Amino acid sequence: MESTHSAHAGRFPWAHIVGYILSLVLTAAAFWLVLAHKAGLATTLVVIVLLGVLQILVQLFFFMHITESDGPAWHTVMLLVGFLFVVAIVGGSIWIMSFGGQVVA
Amino acid sequence: MSVAVHPNPSHGPQGAAVETEHGHEHDNGSLYVLGFWLFIIQDLILFSCLFATYLVMQGRTAGGPTPKELFDVPGFSWETFLLLTSSFTCGLATFQLRRGKAASTIGWLVVTVLLGLGFVGLEANEFVTNALEGATMQRSGFLSAFYTLVGTHGCHVSLGIGWVILLMIQLARRGVTPVTFRKVFIWSIYWHFLDIVWVFIYTAVYLNGLAR
Amino acid sequence: MLEQVKDFASHFFVTGDPLIYGADVSIVVVSLAIIFVLTYFKRWGWLWREWLTTVDHKRIGIMYLIAALLMLFRGGVDGLLMRTQLALPNLHFLEAEHYDQIFTTHGTIMILFMAMPFIFALFNIVVPLQIGARDVAFPYLNAISFWLFFFGALLLNISFVIGGSPDAGWVSYPPLAELGFDPGPGENFYLLAILISGIGSVATGINFMATILKMRAPGMTLMRMPMFTWSVLVTSMIIIFAFPALTVALALLFIDRLVGAHFFTLTGGGDPMQFVNLFWIWGHPEVYIVILPAFGVFSEVVATFSRKRLFGYSAMVASLVLIGIVSYLVWVHHFFTMGASADVNTFFAIASMVIAIPTGVKIFNWLFTMYKGRIRMTMPMLWTIAFVPCFAIGGATGVMLAVAPADYQYHNSYFLIAHFHQVLIGGVVFGMLAGMYYWWPKMFGFKLDERIGRWAFWFFNIGFYVCFMPQYALGFMGMTRRMYTYPEGLGWGPLNFISTIGAYMMGIGFIILVWDIVYSIRYGERDLTGDPWDGRTLEWSLPSPAPHYNFARIPVVTGRDAWWIMKYQMKPEERPDLGPIRPIHMPKNSGRPFIMGVAFFVSGFGFVFNWFVPAIAGLVVVVLCLILRSFEYDAEYYIPVHEIEETEAALGRL
Ligand code: HEM
Ligand SMILES: [Cu+2]
Repeated sequence: MESTHSAHAGRFPWAHIVGYILSLVLTAAAFWLVLAHKAGLATTLVVIVLLGVLQILVQLFFFMHITESDGPAWHTVMLLVGFLFVVAIVGGSIWIMSFGGQVVA
Repeated sequence: MSVAVHPNPSHGPQGAAVETEHGHEHDNGSLYVLGFWLFIIQDLILFSCLFATYLVMQGRTAGGPTPKELFDVPGFSWETFLLLTSSFTCGLATFQLRRGKAASTIGWLVVTVLLGLGFVGLEANEFVTNALEGATMQRSGFLSAFYTLVGTHGCHVSLGIGWVILLMIQLARRGVTPVTFRKVFIWSIYWHFLDIVWVFIYTAVYLNGLAR
Repeated sequence: MLEQVKDFASHFFVTGDPLIYGADVSIVVVSLAIIFVLTYFKRWGWLWREWLTTVDHKRIGIMYLIAALLMLFRGGVDGLLMRTQLALPNLHFLEAEHYDQIFTTHGTIMILFMAMPFIFALFNIVVPLQIGARDVAFPYLNAISFWLFFFGALLLNISFVIGGSPDAGWVSYPPLAELGFDPGPGENFYLLAILISGIGSVATGINFMATILKMRAPGMTLMRMPMFTWSVLVTSMIIIFAFPALTVALALLFIDRLVGAHFFTLTGGGDPMQFVNLFWIWGHPEVYIVILPAFGVFSEVVATFSRKRLFGYSAMVASLVLIGIVSYLVWVHHFFTMGASADVNTFFAIASMVIAIPTGVKIFNWLFTMYKGRIRMTMPMLWTIAFVPCFAIGGATGVMLAVAPADYQYHNSYFLIAHFHQVLIGGVVFGMLAGMYYWWPKMFGFKLDERIGRWAFWFFNIGFYVCFMPQYALGFMGMTRRMYTYPEGLGWGPLNFISTIGAYMMGIGFIILVWDIVYSIRYGERDLTGDPWDGRTLEWSLPSPAPHYNFARIPVVTGRDAWWIMKYQMKPEERPDLGPIRPIHMPKNSGRPFIMGVAFFVSGFGFVFNWFVPAIAGLVVVVLCLILRSFEYDAEYYIPVHEIEETEAALGRL
């Protein structure tokens, strides 16, 4: 097994370093956007969520080896459906529980 | 980006049916890895329910502290930095693992654990400080949801630390074998996943609270 | 001192009701009898070695089946008690509190501790055999799942005599289920029992998904899988996606009760409706979790007993997957009346109706499979045929309920009760019984008697309609669910009386069914071929019951209905060469899953009464078990070739 592993693992962990830098940059960008109050609330929220989604991709591809599998990549399929349902749960709950703006917390 | 290499290359041809000879390959890495991904996916749903609850409840402060009043910027920034870094060092550990180097794998895992402990320590400190100021879980719906969401993540991190200590012992005793390889690899998926969850806590809880 | 003990005991044990004293006595008597029999026949070791520590999917399946039948009995008794109380106006057979407890345990048990173990029984017994595997992906985890289910169920059932039963309904809505309104331990029993067994259910979902995706015999592509296996695959997917929502809903309610948080309280910024929301994020997918395996059974049964290939295989697969996805996007139809915005209700109403389409597709495919088939009216087929009209009506009333404005009329009336019993009994129970009759010879090596089975079938089936059709009308007449009695003069009396008669007919049907099992153990037709129904899928290629390693050599699959092809379409020289018998790798038995179940039980029991010493101690034992498992490197062994050859020869297969 030695050989197969080292075949893909180069001498230096470039991918990891790039991933790390990217994740720090994305985090800092969101941080700055919020604390500097550069944009309106809605824009800010949309942008920081998008930055978060990019972070997921960084983790998945640079660290979690999402592309690796033996045979069909079932975990990726399940993960995609999972993300759909996450949106349904979180988005759906907020939508439902807002009661069309009739109920104020 | 890493090339597609499955953690345990001992299998024969790929296709619909991987298992041919035995009901259970002794070190059937890919089966365990798939099983673990499925566990991660159910955890993802679990966290998304907690996120949904938090987002529904974040305005329900019942006259208690609001998110803006509660959150301590340097505190959660350091927590974020530690956890992101630990995800990186965990990646380095698996990098060494793939090269079959048990000692340096353990080395990076130790760094990861220390960073993780730092994270848990800061979080515990944050919780205690808040609570002493009266911002307890019983104070409001918002605080119940906050402590539960962030605390569940913190429990996962603590569990991960305990788990990897067991694995480090096994690595030290046995070196990198297909079985220890698979175990540490699976643990690394768990750890990176917790990083993802944290990024969303950082975004949807802390930054979201401050933006308002 | 004595006073204290007395005082404690009078709270700890449920007192005051003759029914409960009866239960106390029977529990003690049955336990003593079991202990006596095991000791007298020196069976303790056997019980431990062969059953409590087993990791064999076939045995775990059988244990699930026994548990499911027991729970069907307990839930059925609850149902009969309720129907007795409602038979006439103004009865005082049960008091209001007792009635509340009974409808709560009835619903909880039927869904979580009857339907769930029943489908898991069939998962376990059938799936590895159908796909040509030697066990599930994670046999040890499978045993843990079973014991978590078992001890979860025990925890709920014990509430009947110790502490008091839960009484806030099977949906357990706050604020009623919060500490302020429901201080007794009953609600804690409910929460912890379901949380514990829920862990097991998720693990089962993961296990079977991995099994089906990774362990199929060579040549069995996805589109060659038997339809039951397909249904289990989709069900497992829904389990993985849905159960965490239940865990969260119940855990948050538990946190409210344990430490006084404010998730769902009326004060302190809580919001009870968020519980309802979370609960049904799980709740609706759950109804598909229990119905899809039944669909799988019907597909197998219809094809076998019509002697035809299943009609529209690809459409069947597509509709399964579609149901799996859409079932996740309809949950609000359980609380249209909560007052979410009109847009929300509209969206979820339409999504709910959409589900009826793939369901209809499946019904038509079963009918077309039967069309021009050579139909044999065996017991499994009878249950299947009875299912079709029953489910069609249930689906139609479901669509009526899904019309959001109309649901303001139907919601929480007896119309709703009739709807879901029609789909749950006519769908799930009929399906599970069809599956039980169908695979019984595979499990035990003999058939269930058909003549007695028919009596059970007709009593149950006619009883069903007599019981539930009047309830649709009662719903329209304004009778709401969960009322423990009603006054005279509303015109509800006659219909309620008829309904109760139907319920008793179903009870008689169940007793006859049990008699069928008892009778057949002695006199049932033995199955010596392994293929008593002239089946089509791989499980029928094995002896009944299958040897513990299932397949001496893993078969090679060349098409759908693999066994049918091997039997009738393949010339001997076309048979793929499977090579010599080789040693088989098997997991070792382990007592730890059982011990973990006990530990969870102790911990759960501790949390119910806020006794933190046993609560924490149980959890410590669980963690210890996990640590021991992590260091275990020899959990498997090889069966040597000569042993396999001897077993196969004894079975006449060599
Ligand atoms: C065509 C498919 C179906 C549709 C459109 C449908 C629709 C509905 C609706 C709208 C309700 C809520 C009514 C109310 O509370 O006022 C409901 C309740 C229910 N349904 Fe269905 N349903 C369908 C199939 C099923 C199936 C297949 C099952 C189970 C196997 C099922 C089990 C239940 C249960 C258990 C409840 C009541 C839960 C409770 O409130 O305690 N339904 N259904
Ligand atoms: Cu529903």
